[in-house]
Order: sequence, then C-alpha cells, then structure tokens
Amino acid sequence: MSNYAIRVERLAKRYQIGAQLDHYRTLRDGLSEALLRPMQGWRRSPTPKDNTIWALRDVTFEVRKGEVLGVVGRNGAGKSTLLKILSRVTEPTEGYAEIHGRVGSLLEVGTGFHPELTGRENIFLNGAILGMKRKEIERKFNEIVDFSGVEKFIDTPVKRYSSGMYLRLAFAVAAHMEPEILVVDEVLAVGDAEFQRKCLGKMSDVAQEGRTVLFVSHNMSAILRLTRETIVLEQGRLELRAPSPQAVDFYLTSGLARSGERRWKAEEVPADSAPFCPLALRVLDVQGRTADTLRSTDPITLEIEYSLSAPISGLRVGIYLMAAHGEHIFTAFDTDDAHLFESLESRLAGHYVSRCIIPADLLNEGRYVVGVNASTFRVRRYFQDEYALSFNIDATGAPGMQWTEPRPGPIRPRLDWSILEKSAWRS
Amino acid sequence: MAQSITTASQEEVTILQPSRGWTSLNLRDLWLYRELVYFLTWRDIKVRYKQTVLGAGWAIIQPLINMVVLSVIFGNLAELSTEGIPRPIFTFAALLPWGLFSKALSDAGRSMLANRSMITKVYFPRLIIPLSSVLGGVVDFLIQFLILIAMMAYYGYAPTVEILTLPLFLLLAVVTALGFGLWLSALNVLYRDVGYILPFLTQIWLLITPVAYSISEVPARWQLIYALNPMVGVVEGFRWALLGASTAPGLRLLVSTGISLLLLVSGVYYFRRMERTFADMV
Repeated sequence: MSNYAIRVERLAKRYQIGAQLDHYRTLRDGLSEALLRPMQGWRRSPTPKDNTIWALRDVTFEVRKGEVLGVVGRNGAGKSTLLKILSRVTEPTEGYAEIHGRVGSLLEVGTGFHPELTGRENIFLNGAILGMKRKEIERKFNEIVDFSGVEKFIDTPVKRYSSGMYLRLAFAVAAHMEPEILVVDEVLAVGDAEFQRKCLGKMSDVAQEGRTVLFVSHNMSAILRLTRETIVLEQGRLELRAPSPQAVDFYLTSGLARSGERRWKAEEVPADSAPFCPLALRVLDVQGRTADTLRSTDPITLEIEYSLSAPISGLRVGIYLMAAHGEHIFTAFDTDDAHLFESLESRLAGHYVSRCIIPADLLNEGRYVVGVNASTFRVRRYFQDEYALSFNIDATGAPGMQWTEPRPGPIRPRLDWSILEKSAWRS
Repeated sequence: MAQSITTASQEEVTILQPSRGWTSLNLRDLWLYRELVYFLTWRDIKVRYKQTVLGAGWAIIQPLINMVVLSVIFGNLAELSTEGIPRPIFTFAALLPWGLFSKALSDAGRSMLANRSMITKVYFPRLIIPLSSVLGGVVDFLIQFLILIAMMAYYGYAPTVEILTLPLFLLLAVVTALGFGLWLSALNVLYRDVGYILPFLTQIWLLITPVAYSISEVPARWQLIYALNPMVGVVEGFRWALLGASTAPGLRLLVSTGISLLLLVSGVYYFRRMERTFADMV
C-alpha cells in the first residue's frame, strides 16, 4: 500500500485555439484530409505552433494520503485543466499520473440535474452520475434532504426551485460522496454567504475525516482554513509548493505592483466600468511620497485617482485591505461617513482623488495588499480589483518591538496600558 | 487512456497517460457504471413524457400516423404488394423495429452534444450516453408491441410458434440501432454537419427499407445487395416471426446480420478511439 494518493509526473495538456475553432470541422474537411493524407506520406499533420496553447506544462507533484492540498493560480493558469485530467474527464497530452483510490470530483454542482425532474429524482440521477450506487443513495437520502433544507419541495420539479434551493440540493448530493480522493473546483464561489459557509463547513469535515482533498479556489481564506500546503500554478507551470500562508502570499504578491503606485492603462479597464475609470492607486508615506515600505508608527495615506465621464449618483469609491497571506482586514468607502455621503449624493463628470489616512500605530509588520472598488450600493459595481497593490509595513518603534518575536495578527495598536500596584508585599 | 488495476492490497490504482491509436474497450468500467445506464435511460424516458400532454400516448400515436401515411402512399397510391397480409399490420409490424432504428439515428446521434455539460464535468464511460439513448427506444417499442398485438387480434392473426424468435430479432434491431448510434454520435461531436444530415438520412433510409412494401417488390438479382441495409434483415425477421410472411431467415438475413455486427463492433472501437477528444471538442 503506497502512502501517496496522487502522483503526477510531467503532466502536460495542449489545446487548440484560434481560427481553427471558429467553425466546427465538417465531414467534408475530415474526409478530404483523410484522402489527402496518403499523399503527405503518412506523417501526422503537424499542428501549427501558433494554434495551440499549453494549458499545463511539465507539472510534477505528489499528494500524500490524507493530505489536503490547495491549488491556486490566476484565471487561465491551468487549475481547472489539472482537475479535469485527474478526474478523467480529459486526457493528458504528455506525462503520467497515478491515482490510488476512488476519485470523486466536484467540478460543478448539479451536473446532470434536469429541470423537469423532481428534487427526489434528481438526487438519484445526480448521485448516480457522481458515481454513487443506488443503495448508497437510498441509504443517505434522508441525510441529503436534511442537509439541503428543501424537504417541502422535494417532489416538485427542480425548474420551480429558486437558484439558492437548487444550489443547496446539488451541493447536498455532492457533499455525501465518499470517495477516497476528493477533487474540488471552486464550487464555493457560487451562492450566498450562508451557502458558502455551509460548503466550507462540510469541506473541513471531509478534510478532517482523513480523506485526500485537492482544492482549487480563488478564495484565499478558504484555502488557508482548509489546506496545509498549497501549489501555485502560473501559465500552466507549477511555480511553487509551500505551506499555505507562504504560497498564498507568493501568489497574491507575485504579479502585483510594488512601487507604491498602481496605474491602470486604458486597455486594462473593462468597458463596462464606464463612466467610472480608475487611473491610479497609491500608497503614500507621511511625507506624501509614494513608497512601498512604510513605518507603522506613521500614518499611511491611500489614495485612488479616477475620472468620471458622466455624473454618477450614489457612487462610493473604496478600498479593501488584506494581509498578504490572504486574511481580509477591512473594507472602507469614501462615503462611509453619512454626512459626507449626503453632501456628495451625486458626483459630476470630472477628475477625482479619494484619499484616506490609516492612523499610525494600527498595522502590524508584514506585507499587505490593497484593492479598489467603485460601486453604488445594491445597484451596480463599476470597477473592482481586489489585488491591485502591495506594500510592506516596517514596525520599528512599534509597541513591543524591543522583543524580537513575531506577533500574529494584522494590527498592532498602541494601547494605553497602566500598571497599578495594588498592594506591596514586603518581606 | 486510463487503466485501472487492483493491487494485491485491494487498492484501486488508476494510471492516466496519453493514449495513442486504438484503445481497449474498457468493458470493466462499463460494468462498474451499469447503474448509470439505467438512470440515464430512465431520465430520458421520464423527461420525454413529462412535458407532453399525451405523455406515453406519443409512443403510440407516432407509429400509427406513420402507418396510415405509408399505407396511403405505398398502398392506395402506389399499390405495392403486402403479400396478402392486411396492410395496416403489415406496415405496423415493420414500424416497430423501424422506430427503434430511427430514434437511434436522431436521438443517439445527437446524444453526445445534448449531454455536453455532463461530459465536460464528470467521468463515466461515454459509451453509456448513446447506449441509454437507444435503450430508451426499447421502452417505446414495448408499448407499440402491445398495440400491434391488439391489431393482430382485430385482424384475426394468431401468433404462431415463430413468434418465439422475436426476442432474437429485437436483439438484432437493438444491435443495428446501437451500431449506427455509436458511429453517428461520435461523428457528430467531431463533425457538426452530421447532425444536420440526420433527418435527411432517416427519410432516405425509410425508403430503402421494406417497411411500407414487401421485398418481393425488389428485383431478385438486387435483393442481396439490398440486404446490405441491415434493417432489411430486421424488418423481414419481424414480419416472419409475427405475421408468418414469406421472408423466412435465409441468406439475406445473414448478410444483414453480418453488416449489423460489423457496424456495432467497428462503432464501439471508433467511439472508444475518439472518446479521448470528446470532452475537449463537444
């Protein structure tokens, strides 16, 4: 019995893209190619280089039994492709993978759900698709229905369900798979906060039961909560394997601007942000200079420069602050102050700077990530970039810095301590 | 290609590697996933009838209408022979296996594309998709069979001992339908125009199969070539087993069966070979 669950060696996957796919191949194309091939001397028609991309390249790693491994990477880095190969949905172009045990894959919830069938019928159908035997589904049926909370509607066609009910039912079935290896792809990205919390809860149960889990997500706090080690994929290659906090830090900050300023070029701004257009995000030190390392004992200024090509009412522009290892610290908007919000109900077209000051003696040493959000509450989000800029905090002079021990936590406030001698013990 | 091995310590090990050329049929996986065949067939049937007002009635109405139309065209208008057997049951008996076949051409042919979302998200032997599509037709067949029995009773046709061979002919019909279904469903993923020629193909096929007419209308020297159409053997067999038509099993049946088996086996191998690209191309 080997002690690893998954072993992957030099795995690679190539896809064809571009003009080739603009029109599906017709039988005529296929036949004419087949007929012409003898004239080309039986060599396999070489795939033109510029028509293919390598979604995965030279990926090698091992997952021990019972390990929960996170997989992070930007969109297009190859995470879903890796999971598809390990789930046997698609074949590798090169390389080798060995899987010890049964794999259950959650690449999407509700696979195979049919809107005309009732909840009950879909539970059986979906369960069978996920690889559960009928007896198993029968045995767990009540648990599944309980978990989903749609008992009252279990015999109505699923097309009548709200999207929330649909998701809960779909996840309930998937949550009751019991494979030795579970492969999960960002299932938690959909649904409301309640649903996400439930999913996370179930995932951590699964992780604790000693199953091997491969977990792909964009949700850094989920990665941190559930996984001990994480691999970072970048453009199809495995860039790093490290304990999760380190890996997340690397992932978040590797592509980010570090010079204290992040500018957006016109082509980087999505068309649907208009009339809002972000121009720059800056971190300034106490002297007003952009800096990438700041003293925690000084106030820190964050400013967002943007332009509006038309007036917007109810606009709020704000920032997210996150610790580089993924922990959210706060979200703050320029019109959080009710007074300010009322006075600035409508912003006219023009060029603006929204600036805020983080008080001195608040943040702990470490690396931080700032993001930007421009939106109107519950109406529309104009622009968002969660990981726009990173900066470092140097805590020299902060309270307690005379002892060189790392203090966990994102804040390190200077508190007003007083020490009173209540009574003296004299010998 | 994925290979599953069970090691000495009862652990299932799956090896994933790029496959080249012809791959094994992997019947083991098909057996492991047999329950899914049932579920997908059940789903197709349930869904087909849930939304329609007439529900299972469609399974009956369609061949009945076909029978009437064909009887009028080939009988009253063209006056082709039915060897003395009353035209309605002569035609209807052939429409039963024909229904299976034409469903395979259309539904099975499109089944892979229709189930695209499952194919790109979950693993299961893809053969199950066209297979369950064809098996769904068997259920329709059984309903229509009851109607046929009723019609035979009406015309005073009692079943003879030959009817015991009917299950074999049903099997042959399924084999034929499956062979075509596999080829078409695989081809349709790779070449989308295949889906568009299916209705056309079905129409033509109906004319070259002796559904509405007897094979005696075909000149004797062409009859063996004609039997290259595997449905010829099936339809003749059905008529002989049910109605005692003159088409007893003979050389033509042998030719038709041979073609059916050839299509099935080649269909399975072709499908398996193309399976590795389905998730990427569907």
